[in-house]
Amino acid sequence: MNYVQLEYTDLALASLLVLANAGLSLVLNLGLARRMLLATLRMVVQLSLVGLVLKSLFAVASPWLTGLVAVTMILFAGREIMARQERRFDGLWSYSLGTGSMLFAASLVTIFALTGPVRPDPWFDPRYALPLLGMILGNTMTGISLGLHTLTTGLVRDRAGVEAQLALGHSRNEAFRPIVQAALTSALMPIVNSMAATGLVSLPGMMTGQILAGVDPAEAVKYQILIMFLIAGGTSLGAVVAVLGGAWRLSDQRHRLRLDRLK
Amino acid sequence: MLEARKLSRLTLGPVDLSLEAGEVVALRGASGSGKTLLMRALADLDPCRGDVLLDDVERRAFFAPDWRKAVAWVPAEAGWWSDTVIEHFTDWQVALPLIEELGLSPDCGGWQVSRASTGERQRLALVRAISQQPKVLLLDEPTSGLDRQSVAQVETLIARLAGAGASVLWTTHDEDQAARVASRALLIENGKLAAAA
Repeated sequence: MNYVQLEYTDLALASLLVLANAGLSLVLNLGLARRMLLATLRMVVQLSLVGLVLKSLFAVASPWLTGLVAVTMILFAGREIMARQERRFDGLWSYSLGTGSMLFAASLVTIFALTGPVRPDPWFDPRYALPLLGMILGNTMTGISLGLHTLTTGLVRDRAGVEAQLALGHSRNEAFRPIVQAALTSALMPIVNSMAATGLVSLPGMMTGQILAGVDPAEAVKYQILIMFLIAGGTSLGAVVAVLGGAWRLSDQRHRLRLDRLK
Repeated sequence: MLEARKLSRLTLGPVDLSLEAGEVVALRGASGSGKTLLMRALADLDPCRGDVLLDDVERRAFFAPDWRKAVAWVPAEAGWWSDTVIEHFTDWQVALPLIEELGLSPDCGGWQVSRASTGERQRLALVRAISQQPKVLLLDEPTSGLDRQSVAQVETLIARLAGAGASVLWTTHDEDQAARVASRALLIENGKLAAAA
């Protein structure tokens, strides 16, 4: 493929922008320079390592190694969901609700993509499987953590209203409905917004990458549309499982509100 | 009618309690003594130990929402979940005569809940529960924010319901009111129930 290969000197040149930023922070006394340099350093090290890992994974193309990396990615994303929650579930639920929903949604959608529309040979080819999973995971993670955040904070904030309905003999489904709806709406808002704005406001990263790598823009667009469908499917599936699972956990068989199951 | 045996939760209980049909019982006790805990436990809003029976039927045998329609708890500060008043009522036509009986405007259905005063909201919450025809009413300070005339209206309404066979547990700090509305009074102290002197 014909594309401009980057040399390390080219990267060094571009890094001047970050250095200039750090300099600005020092001059304006923003106290950001250290954090910015640290984050930059982390980004460079992490991406370089990922590059090496991917290179050797692609060379081996083992289903087990690919699966292992995929699971590791999902577990990290699960930790991220938990860390972003203002109010966490108690016990094992704090980690397993978000992670379980994501494991279910992301793996289902990724396997669907690999065996349905994309069909690489072999179907688990890490060159396809891992980037697809990564993109689905990133968006599903945001959706699930927004959904759970809206659910838990909403139930705590509207506790009196929810309990008033329960006390009047409404079922937990009726009493929770407005908050569950709000939680699902906020989970899906980012992907709905990005689908609506894409192409006009922003050129998605993957499509841009393919175009830079010399792929015909019309082909790159097809891939991007596929990815958008996958992300939308993964996010809504994961958010529905997580939010309904969370609502189920925060109520019981006797249709009570169980905020004591939050930390 | 309503019977609780060894009911306990956190600092509450064990409590034995029995309310006859048509009986109004006053419940007194300092703040934090467990009045609200007891009412929530009777309405099955918190997990607790012990047995509660309605007309000799175990609470477990009821679908939980049906239990709460029959054993209605009206908290001191009611919750609201929609913007307008009417959205909180299952049957406005049933509620309307009660609303007028408590001195509220018949067109309050269109009001914003946030616009209603504390006393108006308190009476609306009472009507909301009563209009579902519960067998047992658990009233948590139902007249605390009301003027003298509204207090009398609420007392008259509750007396009428009791006359028709409803059992009422009525929390109040006001000894005079307890003497006026109730045939006997219970005192709750540190979660334990006793007959008031």
